[in-house]
Amino acid sequence: MSFDVSDIKKDFPLLSCEEHNDSLIYLDSAATSQKPQKVIDVVSSYYEEINANVHRGAYHLAEKATTAMEDAREKISDFIKSERSEEIIFTKNATESINLVAKSWGAANLGEGDVVLLSSLEHHANIVPWHQLAESQGIEVRWIPLTESGLLDLTDLDRLLEGVKLVAVSGASNVLGTVPPVRTLADAAHAVGALCLVDASQYVPHRPTDVEELGCDFLAFTGHKMCGPTGIGVLWGRSDLLEQMPPFLGGGEMILDVTQEGFTANTIPWKFEAGTPPISEIVGLGAAVDYLESVGMNNVLEHERTLTTYALNTLKDRFGDELIIHGPHDVSVRGGVLSMAYQDIHPHDVSQVLDDHGVCVRAGHHCAKPLMKLLGVGSTVRASLYLYNDESDVDALADALEATGKFFSR
Amino acid sequence: MSGLEDLYREIILDHYRNPRNQGELEVPPAVMAEGFNPLCGDEIKVHIQVDDGVIVDIKFDGQGCSISQSSASMMTTAITGKTLEEVEGIIYSFKQLMSIHEKSLEGGSETVGSSTTGLGDLQALQGVVKFPVRIKCATLGWNTLEQCFEELDEN
Repeated sequence: MSFDVSDIKKDFPLLSCEEHNDSLIYLDSAATSQKPQKVIDVVSSYYEEINANVHRGAYHLAEKATTAMEDAREKISDFIKSERSEEIIFTKNATESINLVAKSWGAANLGEGDVVLLSSLEHHANIVPWHQLAESQGIEVRWIPLTESGLLDLTDLDRLLEGVKLVAVSGASNVLGTVPPVRTLADAAHAVGALCLVDASQYVPHRPTDVEELGCDFLAFTGHKMCGPTGIGVLWGRSDLLEQMPPFLGGGEMILDVTQEGFTANTIPWKFEAGTPPISEIVGLGAAVDYLESVGMNNVLEHERTLTTYALNTLKDRFGDELIIHGPHDVSVRGGVLSMAYQDIHPHDVSQVLDDHGVCVRAGHHCAKPLMKLLGVGSTVRASLYLYNDESDVDALADALEATGKFFSR
Repeated sequence: MSGLEDLYREIILDHYRNPRNQGELEVPPAVMAEGFNPLCGDEIKVHIQVDDGVIVDIKFDGQGCSISQSSASMMTTAITGKTLEEVEGIIYSFKQLMSIHEKSLEGGSETVGSSTTGLGDLQALQGVVKFPVRIKCATLGWNTLEQCFEELDEN
């Protein structure tokens, strides 16, 4: 193992707090991650020592707050290997980031009959904004199908790309764990003059991210799944595109000038950041990036691969055909998200009994109803792994599943 | 496991494994409504046939957890043959059962009063209120039934 997980666990107060009597098995990091003490401390010390509004006051404290926020922007930019920090736009979450692209770039550049190509893995956040454009501007939403094992079926990609103006794909599925070949898709998109957007909500927290290597034009992700606070998301976009795009929301901060006749938009990134930003959350996300850098994203990836392999093997050994794990089983093309069907027990009932054993998993459609329909299920039980999970967590999951089977066969 | 045993009473599991009145009715003369629990993706369809103000037939169909399915199944047996007025009373009592317990859990002194004593098997669902997330499961079929009534009013 690339690092000692017991040390990592100690960094996360909730995982070792007395209230849970050390019995909390947290396997829902795909929904939100736990927060390390360092992030919590940085957020509270921001309020205790720095709090002032940014980009406004000329006084020292306001300058400190602005610097703290812009330093975080630099850190986040470096974290995803962006060349220019003004390509980092702060939003509320990945959903807002994707909506920003749809409502700004999409509304300005897409019209009747233009195609947005999505993968069949997408979260509602990367579906609904495009459905909305279909309603308002008559665009067509088209889907890349899946193979039996839950990978993207790219056999007919050339045909699928006809008329496409944007390829919008998940960097890693929040249901199947599948990690699609983003570079291939981005290159194919560019070859037909289209752009590529990546919903990297389940990607950036779990592996080294390099926007140049990915080759995409937009990258959306959220802070709270990567050890950061809630309420802060990021849109990275290529500066030449961002500069041409109309503003998304109007208000303070996003303007250079306002008169009774009209307004002049600010330069990027502030053009897209109307109103007082979530400053403490931005600073907190900067601290989360520091934390993840200190662990090393390559180490995080290696750890999750090892643990995912252990989980796949353990669950198969212990439950055989009674437990189905959807999606690919090859850890080189998947992350640590395990969507399961156990016997014929409804996922909601499974998660209820697991909770009784202190095991936190998600049951439901995971905001991916079109994918659920393809899988032929209404919902799944989803366990998702992160850097603070270890083999004992997987064993606890397996024990609790066994108890669930016994409970419902009584 | 006492909380769990309380939630998953034997009668609940029985209705889940052997749902009563599962299926559909022809529309018209029946009316149909569809209910969704966006939280977990559960879906339910309820069909009712009303003649002279009496529910003469009811069917439900859908996919869902043991709580939503058993609650819908028990609902169908509780209201078949009842007048619309009587059914309104049963719906009220059932919702009381869900909310009274919520209040007593929050430290209030109210207990299950006489208004909920006529619920029969449905009383078994009172364990649900200890698990607030599951109340939505238990009431899914009932809310969908109320939608059927709205359909009736519109017709």
